Parts: sequence; C-alpha cells; structure tokens
Amino acid sequence: MPRTIDETFLALPLRQLADAALARARSLGADHADFRLERVRNANWLLRDARLAGTADATDLGYAVRVVHGGSWGFAAGVDLTPDAAARVAARAVAMARLSAGIAAAAGSGERVELAPEPSHGEQTWISAYETNPFDVPDAEKTGRLAEWSRRLLAAPGISHVDARLWAVQENKFYADTAGTVTTQQRVRLLPELTAVAVDGASGRFDSMRTLAPPAARGFEYLTGTGWDWDGELARMPELLAGKMAAPPVEPGRYDLVIDPTNLYLTIHESIGHATELDRALGHEAAYAGTSFATFDRLGSLAYGSALMNVTADRTAEGGLATTGWDDEGVRTQSWDLVRDGVLVGYQMDRRTACMTGFERSNGCAFADSPAHVPLQRMANVSLRPDPEGPGTDGLIAGVERGIYVVGSGSWSIDMQRHNFQFTGQRFFRIEHGRLAGQVRDVAYQATTTDFWGSLEALGGPGTYLLGGSFMCGKAQPGQLAAVSHGCPSAVFRGVDILNTTQESGR
Amino acid sequence: MTPRSTGAPHETVERALELSRADATVVIADEESTANLRWAGNTLTTNGETRGRRITVVATVDGGRGTASGVVSRGGATADDLAPLVLAAEEAARQSPPAEDARPLAGHRAPDPHFTAPPAETSSAVFASFAPALGATFARARARGRELFGFASHRMVSSYLGTSTGLRLRHDQPAGHVELNAKSPDRTRSAYVTVPTDDFSDVDPAALDAGLATRLGWAERRVDLPPGRYETLLPPGSVADLVVYLHWASDAGRAHQGRTVFSGRDGGTRAGERLAGLPLTLWSDPAAPGVAGCPFVLARASTDSLTPAVSVFDNGLPHARTDWIADGVLRRLPTTRHTAELTGLPHAPFGDNLLLDAGGTGGIEDLVARTRRGLLVTSLWYIREVDPMTLLLTGLTRDGVYLVENGEVTGAVNNFRFNESPLDALGRASEAGARRRCRSREWGEYFPRTAMPALRVPEFHMSSVSPGV
Repeated sequence: MPRTIDETFLALPLRQLADAALARARSLGADHADFRLERVRNANWLLRDARLAGTADATDLGYAVRVVHGGSWGFAAGVDLTPDAAARVAARAVAMARLSAGIAAAAGSGERVELAPEPSHGEQTWISAYETNPFDVPDAEKTGRLAEWSRRLLAAPGISHVDARLWAVQENKFYADTAGTVTTQQRVRLLPELTAVAVDGASGRFDSMRTLAPPAARGFEYLTGTGWDWDGELARMPELLAGKMAAPPVEPGRYDLVIDPTNLYLTIHESIGHATELDRALGHEAAYAGTSFATFDRLGSLAYGSALMNVTADRTAEGGLATTGWDDEGVRTQSWDLVRDGVLVGYQMDRRTACMTGFERSNGCAFADSPAHVPLQRMANVSLRPDPEGPGTDGLIAGVERGIYVVGSGSWSIDMQRHNFQFTGQRFFRIEHGRLAGQVRDVAYQATTTDFWGSLEALGGPGTYLLGGSFMCGKAQPGQLAAVSHGCPSAVFRGVDILNTTQESGR
Repeated sequence: MTPRSTGAPHETVERALELSRADATVVIADEESTANLRWAGNTLTTNGETRGRRITVVATVDGGRGTASGVVSRGGATADDLAPLVLAAEEAARQSPPAEDARPLAGHRAPDPHFTAPPAETSSAVFASFAPALGATFARARARGRELFGFASHRMVSSYLGTSTGLRLRHDQPAGHVELNAKSPDRTRSAYVTVPTDDFSDVDPAALDAGLATRLGWAERRVDLPPGRYETLLPPGSVADLVVYLHWASDAGRAHQGRTVFSGRDGGTRAGERLAGLPLTLWSDPAAPGVAGCPFVLARASTDSLTPAVSVFDNGLPHARTDWIADGVLRRLPTTRHTAELTGLPHAPFGDNLLLDAGGTGGIEDLVARTRRGLLVTSLWYIREVDPMTLLLTGLTRDGVYLVENGEVTGAVNNFRFNESPLDALGRASEAGARRRCRSREWGEYFPRTAMPALRVPEFHMSSVSPGV
C-alpha cells in the first residue's frame, strides 16, 4: 500500500509559519535559523490480567525556532499556529541568543557557534516503512488482541498475572531552514509487550518473564504476523516461566557467555552507542548523561574490542527506530562505521560538534523528541555485524564447555564514562559441555566495556541476526527520549563476571 | 482557515464540558512555560524558552457491564480542536471495555476563586540576576583552572481541572533548579551539586562553585579502595535518589498481588510492619513549606508503568498529609479508590512530594565530624531495579566519593557500582541529620519536590570499582 504523509498534517499552515519565523529571524540579524513544526502522537493501552487498566492518547503539536545570532545559539518554542505568533517565537529565540551572548561576554569567552556546512536539499518528503498505520486500526481491535493474548497466558498453569501493553507513535515533522532545505517526514513505531508473573504463595517467591519481541519501526502488521512469531512465543512462555521459578540460583564466578541478540542489543546501546556520541566525548553531557572513555584523541587508535568487532551506525536502515530521511538540522542521513576490526574509527555527530572537531560534514544525528526541545546529537541505529560464515546459536553454544546462555533484556546500568556496566536478562540457561542444561536464576553480568568486547571470541552467522531496540533512550537537559534500534548476532564472550543478585542484596 | 487560539484556559474547560455528550467528563487544561540554560566547559551550549498548552479530556460511558473511559490529550490545541478532541475521547470510551478503576467522579465543591485567573508564567527574565552571575562564575573558574558544566531550569505549569460533576479547581506549580559540575582541567577530578529553587533569587553560582572548588581540593589526594561493604554517609540528595524509587515501588495493588517487596507472605501487604530501627517518618503533604504540591488528584491517564497506580476517575479528590512510614513502621501504601477496595487498605492517593524525617539534627558535616572511618557519597547515578523481590537496585557513585577518617575528609576515593536495596538501607540507617529541601540527581526531573535528612548507612554494598570520572 503506498504510504503518504498524513493529510491532516499537511493541512497545517506549515509554510506560512516557517516563512514568518525565518523572515523575522533574518530581519533580526540571525546568521542561521531553522524552523521545525512537529506533531507527535503517543498512545498507550495497558491491560492487567486481560482487563483494560488504562489508556492514554496524547498528541503534541507545536513548533520551534533555533537561531545562531551574534555567535550564540538561541532557541524558543510555541504552539499558537499564526504567522504573528511564529514571528514572536523567532524574536524570543533571538532574545535567548542575546542572553547567551551576554553570559559569554561576562565569562570572557571568545567562542562562537559555527556549523559544519550542509548542502541545501530543496524540498524533500520521506515516510518510514510500514504497512498499516496503527492509528488506522480501531482501539477495540488493539485491546482485543492484547486481551486475547493475556487470556492465553493466564490459562496456563502457574501464571498468576499478566500485564500487557501496546505503545504506538506517529511522528510528523516539517523542517525549513535559511539555507533552503525543506523536509516533510512521517514515522511510525510500535512497542508491544506482555509480562507473565508467577507467584508462589507458600514461599512468597515471585518471578516474571517478558516477551522478547523488540520495539520496531513497523505498523500494526507487527502484531498480526509480520516480523515476530507471537503465537510461538506465547506458547513457550508458561513452561519457560515455570522453569525459571524452579531453577537453582546461579553460583557467582567467571563464565563464558553466549549472549542472545535479545539481550546483547542493550549492551551495545549502552557500551558502544552512547560511548561513540561525539557530544559526550567533548563533554557536553558531562553534568548529566556523562562523557565517554572513547575520547576524540583516541579516534583511530582505541582498541575497543576483539578484531571480530565491526560496528556500524546507520540512520537509513529499513525498520530502524532511528531511521529517517533527514535529521533535525536538514542533514541527509547516512551509514558509517564506528568500530572496524576492533578499533574506534567513527563518531555520531551533529553540525556543531562536527565543526568543532574539524569534520567536513555532520553524519546526520541531530534529533529533538518534541517541538519544545532543542535538537541535539542522538543515536543512529548502532549495530554489530554478524560473521558471514558464522554458525547458528546452537553452534556457538556447542563451543562452550561451562557457561551461561543469556536471553532477553532485564535491568541495565553503566557508569558515566561507559566503563563499568551490569546487566540482567529474562532467561538464563546453564551450558555444560556444549549443551543447554536447564535454567538458572538471579543472574547479572558485570564487566568493563573494553574488557568485555575484548573477550568477544565468536560471532553468530547472519541467521542469528536480530534488530532489537530501545523505545525510550534518555539524554540531555531538559530530558529527551529517542527510539533507536540495534542489530546484532548471537555472540560468545569468554570469562565474564557473573553475580548472584540475591547474594548481592545481602540475603 | 486560520486556527484560532483557545482563549483563557478556564473557558476552554467550560467549552469542552459543554461539548461533551459522555455520561461523565473530566477536562484538564495545562498551560506551561519554561526557560533553561545549559553549559559545558565554561560556555553555554544550549538554551530555550518555551510555551505550551495541553488539554486532556476523560470521557466515561456507562454500559451494561460497567463504565468505560476514553482519555485523549492534545498539545497546542486550539479552539477549533476542542470538538474533535471531545469526540475522540467519547469514541475511545465507546470502543473500550469497562475500566477496572471506574468509580463515580468526585462531587461538587466550592470552586477555586482563582479558577478564572490567567495562567502563571515564567520566562528567561527569571535569570535576570542569575545569568550575569553565571557568566562571572565561568570567568573565575576559567582563571582558576576549573571547567564548569551544568543546567539551570525554571518551569511553571498552571493546571485547570473541571468535571461534569461540578469541580472547578486550579493549581500553579513552579519548579526550578540548578546543577553545577566542576572538573579539573585534565578531567580526573569531578564534583557536583544540585539545588532546587522557586525563582533563582536564592541561587548564588559563585558560592556553589566555591563549594565545588573545596571538593576538588579534597580530591587532590586520591585513595583507591576495593569493592566491599562500607559505612556510608549519604547527603539529602542521595537519600532522595533511593527514597523516591522506594516510594515508586510501593503500589498497594501490586503489593497485594504478591509482586513487590511490600507484599506480605500471607497474601496481603506488609502494612503495619516495622521497617527501620530509626524513628523514620516518610510522608507526602501538599502544604509542606518549600516543597508544596498539588492539593488535589490530577491524573491525565490511569497507568502504573513506573509510579504507583493513579486513576483518572479519582481526579479532583483532595490530597492531604499522608504518612507512608511513621516511627519506622509501614503505615500506608499508595492506593486509588479501586486498589483501596481491592486491598482493604485506606484510600491514599500518590502525591507529588516526599518528606523524610528521622529525628536527627545538623547537616552532613555533623555526620562527617562523628565518623571514625567511612565514605561520603555525594551523588548517585544510573539507578535501576535489579530484583523486585528484594527491591535490589544497582547504580553508581559519581562526581565525589570521599574518605572520612577521624571526623575529617582525607581524600577522594574511586567510584563504585553499588548493589543495595533502599528498603534495607533505610532499615540499617543508624543516624540521621535534620531534614533539608533537596533534589534527587537521578529522579529530580520527574519528582522534584523532596526534603530528606542525611543518613549514616552501615555496610553499604559497593559491588565493584568503576573507573569512570
């Protein structure tokens, strides 16, 4: 079905507002100005034990003007859709730039904001790949499907509760700048998730198991058979959860790990994705999200991991949550290497950080999650390439004498320079003599980024590759959320520290 | 057609209620303004001044099997959007099965006398004295070999609540804060402070910088310590990092289902159980000075994804002081009217401020003075739940762990990853300071109004060393 930009978005006075805002910014002396009008619709449906527990359907509509004026940034946002109001917002952006210039003068700073050049792309339209817009599907069909899936799980022995959630987003952006680029884009994404809970009244123990289906830049077809085998996963979950409840606690120590892509994607996100953000490497996130051990002076020399490690950043991959045609600075999106043969070779950047470090051009990573937020450098789809000749996951497991197979993401935490991390998962299986030997519980793995990636010993083949992802990656102040995908194969890591989480709690 | 503005928020509420054909309706109009400055390396990086508007309509439709609700919000809505917005909420309600939390809407009370007044507003003018002082602080820091990073934010939200049952309530909520992070030029030493403020008149960036310069001085002596369990001094902001999460995990409904650390072994909850040796009292109170919050329930969705459950049907019900823990005993868990009935616990709506008192006096410096050997942990970071059964949290120390010996700070210690349950940490706390208004570094953006004491926690579990600075 041919996809088109939502007519109700196109009916908004996009050009009139942009023209008014950019003209006012120019007349006030701005060296650069960009205008961004966004409509972002976020909807949630939450069911507890197959009953509707809550819904929310929120649409944000507004616009922002960003200027470089007198060598300083200025940013302002508003919601009144009249040319006069847009012009006033532009004037407020210039006033903010003047305020910034005053602070810079008081600080004795001679630094001026400059942007890496980007050619004018003229008028462009881009729409993400999906078949059925989830907002075209009746709510009753969405909640009905979640309820039916919940009832299937609840009917199984040992399942005490089921939480089901569907989150859908439609994002429309119109962008225009003083260089002449004008883009109109539309993206759709979904996060379906079911969590089954088992409670043992006798012991007071409880545990849960969540579906492994990653969030995806797909339409409603994702819930009806395209891209994920829901029937198969739901059928397996009760037995897997019963096995988890009966599993022995893990003995802490060093283990070889086979990590499934349903878990490894998040480790990639935290230890590679964020660490190769150039704004972090330069210190722009130092007070909040943090900096990076992968500092700019180590570009081309930092041994990130084993020679098997090849990591690509890609804002063009079909189905990627961070995929778009143009970024929020009018830069055409691209694909490039971050780590090649285990060595740091690239960064993610926007026009400002590209210029600060001498790159000729940004690689298109500017993004704002709302019309009220300033664009900043956000993550591309950052993915680990499989071994073209690599085996299946069973083949990787066969090569491990004593280890643990880690499936699904659980909790995650990493330090502010992306060294020390700790991750849990959904399912953990002992590996003995190259075969799975039942589940264990209370598992967390803890490592330092370069040690961990240095211990990468084998990659699965393309058949093990899965595009996982995060629906809400946080960064910046004011805080912003972005969605991003990470593809990876199954992989083997040697000698990783495993903790027992119950023992960690001192019990 | 040129879109029109909505007009005054109270008129928007009235108009939306007039348009509604649902059996019952709630309308919330939020008017928001913000101003912020952000800096790194002694220079501004971004800034912003924003205006926003959001209208939320909750339509409820009675059916044979119960009452269904539809909740639809529009940011930037104009008068032209009101009718479609109300229709969308009604249609969502008609498509929905009965809501489990459905209850009659709160009844009529005397309207707020300010209901028809214009919204409160902030702008970059709030930085009128702060901005030049910040610039001068950058200059001084640069001259003395320090790099400053940070963020200043001010936000004002005026919320207007109207219901078809006659409620007309209004609340103005300011929220402001400053974060300042100082680093040595080689970025091997780092110190951090965050302070809440109503209007920036009480924030002195030079004084904040001077305090951080003292801490960077402490860090000139570096002490490497291994993982282990250490007596740890937590200033109020770090206590807030742990206590806010603890409170978020305390939903009564989930506890009653046997799914949280607050679940009782007999199928009920742990309400009535002693949790701490110290006479800890944890409460919410919309009238608490310095951290005053909304005096009535404002629920824009029924959800329990992170915080305790709230219900759109409870909109407008009054908030009063609620003691969650009193004298070390768990007294209440947050409930909606729905979960109160399910669990048999009193109705105790989840509030938007938290205060903790343990009968102590003095500040963190007094706890330091009474410490023979321990760690002073000035901030925590990247806190995540590892195990809901024990409420084990993991996270990291950041921007300032100091060794205290014989009542004095004697050097800076490497950072650690901790694995610790806030419930256990409160239970083990052996000494407290006086309650202070403070801000959680990790959760302050989502839960800004806290007042906590400093705490001494024996055997805080530092699981591994973090090389991050």
